[in-house]
Amino acid sequence: MSEPRTVPERIAGPATFLDDRLGAGGFVRRNIRKVFPDHWSFLLGEIALYSFVILLLTGTFLTFWFKPSMGEIVYNGTYAPLRGVTMSEAYASSLQISFEVRGGLLIRQIHHWAALVFIAGMMAHALRVFFTGAYRKPRELNWLIGVVILSIALFEGLTGYSLPDDLLSGAGLRVTQGVVIGLPVVGTYLNFFLFGGEYPGGDVISRFYSIHILLLPGLILALVTAHLILMWMQKHTQFPGKGRTNRNVVGAPFYPAFMAKSGAFFLFTFAVIAALGTFAQINPVWLYGPYSPADISAGSQPDFYLAFLEGALRIMPAWEINLFGTSQVGTIPLSVVIPALVPLGVIVVGMALYPFLERWLTGDNREHHLADRPRNNPHRTSIGMAAVAFYGVLWLFGGNDIISANFRISLYTTTWAGRILVFVAPALAYAITYRVCLGLQRSDVAVLAHGVESGVIKRLPNGGYVEVHSRPAEDIEAHLRGKEPVPVLPYDETVPPKGLRGPLGRLRLRMSRAYGGEKVPPVNGHPHDEDGQAALQEGQNRALTR
Amino acid sequence: MTDNEHETGRPERRRPARVIGTPLSDTPFSGTPFSGAVASGIPDAGDVDHGLPAVPGVVPQDERKARRAERIAALCFTLAFAALVAFLVAYVRFQVGGLSATGASHVALGGTLTLALLALAAGIVIWVRQIMPKYELVQQRHPMASPEDVRAEVAATFVRGTGESGIVKRRLLRRTLLLAAAPLGLAPLVLLRDLDSSGVPAAQLHRRLGHTVWGEKTKDGRPLRLVVEGTGQPIRAADFNSPGGILSVVPQGYEHDLNVLAKATVILVKFRPEELRAGTKPNWTHDGIVAYSKICTHVGCPAALYEQTTHHILCPCHQSTFDAADGARVVFGPAARPLPQLPIGVDEQGYLIALGDFPAPVGPSYWERGDAEARARENGGHS
Ligand code: HEM
Ligand code: FES
Repeated sequence: MSEPRTVPERIAGPATFLDDRLGAGGFVRRNIRKVFPDHWSFLLGEIALYSFVILLLTGTFLTFWFKPSMGEIVYNGTYAPLRGVTMSEAYASSLQISFEVRGGLLIRQIHHWAALVFIAGMMAHALRVFFTGAYRKPRELNWLIGVVILSIALFEGLTGYSLPDDLLSGAGLRVTQGVVIGLPVVGTYLNFFLFGGEYPGGDVISRFYSIHILLLPGLILALVTAHLILMWMQKHTQFPGKGRTNRNVVGAPFYPAFMAKSGAFFLFTFAVIAALGTFAQINPVWLYGPYSPADISAGSQPDFYLAFLEGALRIMPAWEINLFGTSQVGTIPLSVVIPALVPLGVIVVGMALYPFLERWLTGDNREHHLADRPRNNPHRTSIGMAAVAFYGVLWLFGGNDIISANFRISLYTTTWAGRILVFVAPALAYAITYRVCLGLQRSDVAVLAHGVESGVIKRLPNGGYVEVHSRPAEDIEAHLRGKEPVPVLPYDETVPPKGLRGPLGRLRLRMSRAYGGEKVPPVNGHPHDEDGQAALQEGQNRALTR
Repeated sequence: MTDNEHETGRPERRRPARVIGTPLSDTPFSGTPFSGAVASGIPDAGDVDHGLPAVPGVVPQDERKARRAERIAALCFTLAFAALVAFLVAYVRFQVGGLSATGASHVALGGTLTLALLALAAGIVIWVRQIMPKYELVQQRHPMASPEDVRAEVAATFVRGTGESGIVKRRLLRRTLLLAAAPLGLAPLVLLRDLDSSGVPAAQLHRRLGHTVWGEKTKDGRPLRLVVEGTGQPIRAADFNSPGGILSVVPQGYEHDLNVLAKATVILVKFRPEELRAGTKPNWTHDGIVAYSKICTHVGCPAALYEQTTHHILCPCHQSTFDAADGARVVFGPAARPLPQLPIGVDEQGYLIALGDFPAPVGPSYWERGDAEARARENGGHS
């Protein structure tokens, strides 16, 4: 078949119908060939997006059978070991989905795996954006939207995890309740409002259900839409490279290449999650039995995205204060409140404020469309790695009992190690990352100044050996040359500008100079002027003909 | 073509992926000329004919390769078709029920679905990469900010509209409007008050937390018996020993009331008298049998693990550790308070009973709890 030269009638008809009514032609003209740059790290956000779509699809399927009720019934289904056991309707319906609905178990497991991939994808995506500085002007708002989506998703996961009402999900709910009731001043009220009375009451599953399937997905969907619209309007960032500038976008057009690629990537994400849901068992609720606040299974663990809170709860020392002694007011269980609020607060607030703090420090008010290579802003990268280390330690110690058991270390030692590491590891990560960034910058400078090692060894007339260096490929050189110094506030030793005179101003200036500037001076001029290039080329040729 | 799309082309062929910094094998020094073929945009692969006008930045594929790719993609799509048919067949053929039947259906459905999705994805990827042209389109960006004159015009229009509305000039209008808006925000909050259906005045809510059913009596006025969790068996003190372990116990008559169990579940441990230390109230024990709340004072998990040699009760959630021989004081972990001890004794038939409620609220701490242990000591036992 030859390619069509005009729009076929089947498409032209409806298109004309629509354009007559919507006048969308101008929009389509501007956007159908919108250019999208290509880099593997740009796929991370897509993974999150597609898992969210999968969550919507599979979640809707689950609602057809799931009964969000804490009413008690005697189980009479096909799973023999639990027949005759008293349980909530919610748990019984989860068993029904797993054992009596064809494909139900598959969809339940896909839903759970998709939840994990969704949140992991968002985290990885956020890290990519952070380390490449893609949150800078004009994208701060989209960064904030992302931070909100990530935070909401944690609660979405928490509410979903609590729905099946098995022993494991109940343990998670119990911890949630213990945290809620411990919040200063409002805790008791929140507890009664959330549970409709004392824990566990009879309302929490149905309330979590409407939060889980309506309120939070609705919010996430609205925010994701806004996120995508902003991304579309502001266009994607790209890495520096040949022909790529801060004022253009280089890549493939939306129609047909990017559209098809995205479709393929959606299918691929779905395939991986479907494979996980098929072959990697997750949350086998039938093994845990129904929830009772009097029981617990050893080794209870939350899903990975809440493990950092679990770890914080585990390594926290037993601090509790009673502000007014024996009077019935003023108890603050620091051993609950600090781990529940501080790590999450530090990470979320830190993420939300970072673009603005950085702008305050660098005084940089320009638009940025070229992604930084992480090494080229060493302090930012180090701060990010310190945050990763902080999160990582808390996450790791969410399994302190497992660590102890596997490595035969006493639990007390492990816990103390966690208490120390949570402070030491971020500092170490900072220092190491900073060194590594500068080292990488130096090696870039070396490549630009002397070329790359060609693997060709040359013997000199005096008997010595040298390796021939050759000039890096043009696009790679452009990539390396994309480095820009981190901006610094303008300063003048003798007369600081007005805003920078007070103590805060002086601090700001000092921090700005530490944060910004050129830590490794770049090479100026071309690595190989014509002569040097000729000489090298000659040398290489000779080396090759030897 | 779009109006703001300015396309130039890089007709160079795609190079193999390589490590950053390593040179291209064929062009050690002289990068491909940037502008050489841009004007024509026609690649050197001679035998392409898409019937489409040549465009800079769009490099068609070699037709022979494309034809091969088409066959591979078609194979993938056919495979996806077959897998989806198999999926439908599996749905009908495999019934669910017990573990193994469900397992077979699960694997058949999941396996065919996975295969179909993978094959579809692979086919499309081949289509994009080997049949569609290579693209290197360039599109210009424009500053996000609107031009100054647009801003000025918007500002002027806004000022004009505000003036026309009279909201600034007419103070009475503005203030009464704000007055009306304030309670409007409160209304939805007020409506949420009945989320709590306990029927207790807000200021009294916390009092509910301080009591358990152990303080109550049966209908005929007797103290509540302790019964084994799960079986509901009452416990004869003389028969009780807990070799190597603890026994989980609940109040008789409330075995299935989860709200009661969330506060009143208790663990029993039996000691030889000389093992007990000062933290344990001796007159609240019976014949070396001690009862502690099972609800962890950290965030409320059941503290269900026991190590007999050390008499340590361990909470599996965050590993708070309590010394059962010494009033369940905290030995380690994030819990800040001992597990409250339940006063127990026996009735005429020798069954274990509760002599009263716990001296302090059980479970996690809350704002109105105060130092309930000290309060109990001041009041000679109960808070
Ligand atoms: C947007 C992110 C979402 C996340 C992170 C998430 C997470 C979860 C998790 C972890 C579970 C426990 C799964 C299990 O049983 O093993 C769950 C259960 C459930 N989810 Fe979601 N979910 C999301 C969206 C949705 C949506 C949009 C719906 C419905 C429209 C939904 C409906 C359900 C239902 C009905 C259950 C209970 C099924 C059962 O366990 O038997 N979810 N969710
Ligand atoms: S609930 Fe027992 S240690 Fe946290």
